[in-house]
Amino acid sequence: MAEIQGKADSGGKGGKKRAKKMSTKIDMTPMVDLAFLLLTFFMLTTTFAKPNVMQLTMPVKKTDDVEDTKIKASQAMTIILGKDNKAYYYFGLNTPNDKTVAKPELKVTNFAANGIRQVLLDRQRQKPEPIILIKATEDAKYKNMVDILDEMNITNQKKYALVKVPKDDLDLIKDSAL
Amino acid sequence: MPKVKPHRTSPSLDMTPMVDLAFLLVTFFMLTTKFAPEETVVVDTPSSTSELKLPENNVITLTVDAKKRVFFGVDAPQTKIQALQKVGAKYGVNFTAAQAKEFSNLPNFGLPISQLGSYLNMAKEDRKQVNAQQPGVPLDSLNNQLIDWVLAARTANQAIFHKPTYIAIKGDGNADVPTVQQVIKVLQEKDINRFNLITDMENKPVAAAK
Repeated sequence: MAEIQGKADSGGKGGKKRAKKMSTKIDMTPMVDLAFLLLTFFMLTTTFAKPNVMQLTMPVKKTDDVEDTKIKASQAMTIILGKDNKAYYYFGLNTPNDKTVAKPELKVTNFAANGIRQVLLDRQRQKPEPIILIKATEDAKYKNMVDILDEMNITNQKKYALVKVPKDDLDLIKDSAL
Repeated sequence: MPKVKPHRTSPSLDMTPMVDLAFLLVTFFMLTTKFAPEETVVVDTPSSTSELKLPENNVITLTVDAKKRVFFGVDAPQTKIQALQKVGAKYGVNFTAAQAKEFSNLPNFGLPISQLGSYLNMAKEDRKQVNAQQPGVPLDSLNNQLIDWVLAARTANQAIFHKPTYIAIKGDGNADVPTVQQVIKVLQEKDINRFNLITDMENKPVAAAK
């Protein structure tokens, strides 16, 4: 016990018996135990940390009289989120029907720190202001989508868009067999 | 010369300040604590470096789990009750006051409105067993109840609290992108273009953050 009673009396030399002086202190240990138990309980159950969120603002619904913004092939870079955490990417545009445009070279990487992030940073260094088109295939996981949006934040990439994956791009992946 | 006696101190120490502090903290935690509601579905959110926090109030949470199910939830109980009545009226399903009360205690649900009544009649323990089999709120183009819930919750929240709502999407890391994109598309059709993707925290990489 935390409280040890001191000797109640030491005065008498075996003389008069005095009434035993009661200590005015009470043993607070059980109360403290209880207090700390409650403290621990509430500390552990409390939900302090609000979850983090990542803001995603999608473009306003298209009206018919507004044309799609065309992007230049020199600026464009496409990242396709494939299955098994693969990130395919190519520079320029993929238009197989237009013979004047060379077929882009598809490469594959992953979402690790030296994967797609390095590619993005290199691209930004070579030619500034790229526009990134993010295309998620059906096999892509939601985690990949969050990861790639996160990479945009990390690499300070301002211009990017989440778009549907066209069939041409799927063919490109199939042909390349990466 | 008298010997200098060491002053005999009592081994007991005064615990009062410590107890004061302990009780202060207990009171603080008791008052600030907000018990985390029992989730209908457990999702493991992916992590991001974003430092934004989810707002405290006026949040509509759309949970997407790995089995392509979508769950709907809104924080304020009053909003829940009003939304329930509104959506119920639209689909011709009536709810009793007791069912509405039960509904206001649910954190979220993933059922078509036709099954909601019988789910609310169940005892709490029985619900737990059903939770794993909840089919999710329907959101395809033929039977789009999700958008009705979102719109009803938005208008109810606006009417009660006069504040706009935030749409939070809480997706499992293994959820597939088409389901999430379907949710986004459904909401975009009603001109809801701002989303908050709930993520875990992750430290910013040192090298790339310039």
